[in-house]
Amino acid sequence: MADDIHGALREAIRTILPDVECVLGWGSGPDPLRSAPLFMKSPEDVERFRAGELAVNNLAVFLPEYAGRKVGIVVKGCDSRSVVQLISETLVKREEVVIIGYPCRGVVDVAKIAAAIGLGNEDLEAGLVERAEVNGDTVSVTVRGETKTFPFKDVMAAKCSICRYPNAVLHDVFIGEKAEAREDSYADLEKYEAMSLEERFRFWEKEMERCIRCYACRNACPLCVCRDHCVASSREPHWLSQADSTRDKLFFQLIHATHLAGRCTGCGECARACPVGIPVGLFKRFINRAAGQLFGFQGGLDPEAVSPLQRFLVDEPTIKEKEWK
Amino acid sequence: MNAALKFLPHEHLKAWLEELAGTMRVLAPQKEGAAVVYRAFDPSREPELIRKPTESAKHILFPRSEALFAFHKKKAPFAPDSLNPDGSQAEKEEPATPAMELTPPEQPGPTVVFGMTGCDAGGVTTFDPVYGGRYQDPYYLQRREATVLIARACNEALSTCFCTWVGGDPANRRDADILATRLENGWLLEPLTERAERVLGSTLLGDAGEAEAREAEALHAKARAAIGEAPDLTGIEDALPALFDDKDFWWSESAACLACGACTYLCPTCHCFTITDEKAGLSGVRLRAWDTCMAALYTLEASGHNPRGQKAARLRNRVGHKFAYFLKNHQGRISCCGCGRCIKSCPSSVDIRRIVLNALKRAKGKEAANG
Repeated sequence: MADDIHGALREAIRTILPDVECVLGWGSGPDPLRSAPLFMKSPEDVERFRAGELAVNNLAVFLPEYAGRKVGIVVKGCDSRSVVQLISETLVKREEVVIIGYPCRGVVDVAKIAAAIGLGNEDLEAGLVERAEVNGDTVSVTVRGETKTFPFKDVMAAKCSICRYPNAVLHDVFIGEKAEAREDSYADLEKYEAMSLEERFRFWEKEMERCIRCYACRNACPLCVCRDHCVASSREPHWLSQADSTRDKLFFQLIHATHLAGRCTGCGECARACPVGIPVGLFKRFINRAAGQLFGFQGGLDPEAVSPLQRFLVDEPTIKEKEWK
Repeated sequence: MNAALKFLPHEHLKAWLEELAGTMRVLAPQKEGAAVVYRAFDPSREPELIRKPTESAKHILFPRSEALFAFHKKKAPFAPDSLNPDGSQAEKEEPATPAMELTPPEQPGPTVVFGMTGCDAGGVTTFDPVYGGRYQDPYYLQRREATVLIARACNEALSTCFCTWVGGDPANRRDADILATRLENGWLLEPLTERAERVLGSTLLGDAGEAEAREAEALHAKARAAIGEAPDLTGIEDALPALFDDKDFWWSESAACLACGACTYLCPTCHCFTITDEKAGLSGVRLRAWDTCMAALYTLEASGHNPRGQKAARLRNRVGHKFAYFLKNHQGRISCCGCGRCIKSCPSSVDIRRIVLNALKRAKGKEAANG
């Protein structure tokens, strides 16, 4: 990411600091590849701010915790959609958040980089990266003293290559030139839809076998708003058993996905958060497409809109059931 | 030189594990998707012995969910009111108490884990005083006794590794049954406990000598150097309780926390559980499943009150238990083995090392301010 945009973003953050409790952005994580959420309260904190290709976390997940207090937030396009959806669901008040946007050209997928730095058959880990640098269209990482360079597009997160909203859809300040939008044809789902139902079920059974039920997928989701009142932990009624069974694990995923129908903005945090790499984002992709086809609706674009499954209309404008024969 | 040192050429590794699989359950790390998890050894696949397993090995001794017993309630026979031949009411029989039939779970069979990391073995020995001390937990102890733990020495360190901060070592000789070091031509196997004998009788294993021992030592030294100098954590068990009511500190340290359970469920030393009866009709099973202090339900009281309603209080408990309370209950042992999974797999990169160092610094500052 260009230095001048970074400089301008820091300036914008410093400008709003006196009016807010803190500004949510990104700082450095445990190694050069990984970022961490940064909660800026002082101009010194702002020095540690970094945006760009390594700024993966969707910080909108933290906003409801600050209800009643005014905060600032720096957003990528996808993050801004979560903010918009939270505003539309009255979980965040528009006047309590100052939104700073910048053009996002995509973020890295740390797992893809980890796989790419392997030698021969040997997979390596992000934790071995000594240095990481994004220069224009390439990413350079240094492992065991040796530097390797990859095209950025090869190690970019899958959600970014199909991103339709790379610029904040709602903002108070926008820094930089708008980035170009991409197309999403849901082509990634074809592979799974080509499977028979039995094959699909076996695929998920195999994937869910390594689920440890940590619920990082749920807690990283900015729109999983039940928080401490989730069906997964309810004892009365006892919806889910405590057995280590793929059935219960899959059951939760389906509940999660259906609760997000028409609300999920495709930020991909559920899958990124999964410590064992289960592609749980696929469920939401599938449901998102269905919500789009059925209701012509996408969440997180209009703070005044109400998601189709959160309202009731006698006649859904996109479902002409009176014409059904 | 230790005469009992064994050498296993790389080309014999799978044959040896296959041989063991004839009489034991053999578990080894295996790549699955983007993760490395423990699976039953599969001779058609290579075990993953370079990357650090994504999950710890604790579930082998302490399953994610286990049946403590199955139960079946037998209904009491129906005792209808009866009349004497003269039509008067007969004396009523006391209704029989319903009988409860309990079925214990199967006994664990002999097991060997090959290729766990040294820090994971350190996790096991923090479990031992909890489940085998004042309270003897038969479920854990039976598995512990039936299982041979073969830890592999680490040849390098990840950015999140810090075993040496908490008394560990990349070549852990304290906690496993066997220490395995990957040399250029094969594995050097060093028995550390009597349990090791159960798996070292194979003719596929040769004797190892001075040269192999020296080669291994050089690798161990290299890994130690890679982790770097460990900071002095002296006083941490007093620093954390001193900060117990320091809301600003815990709010700031927990700001990025999502309050999920990834850290605690991947942790080799976290050992909390919850118990539920999963029943249908008259039958069911009493399950013991992992629990996490990062979840609301963990401390939710029957009244509806939750003393740890905020994530700051939950994070404080996680760090406090590992670096203060456990030490006081278990002879100064830190209940953290420095594997770094809680940092590496945290979706928000919350770093327990930073919290511990910040706590030490802040407690010292407060002490100085109070004179």
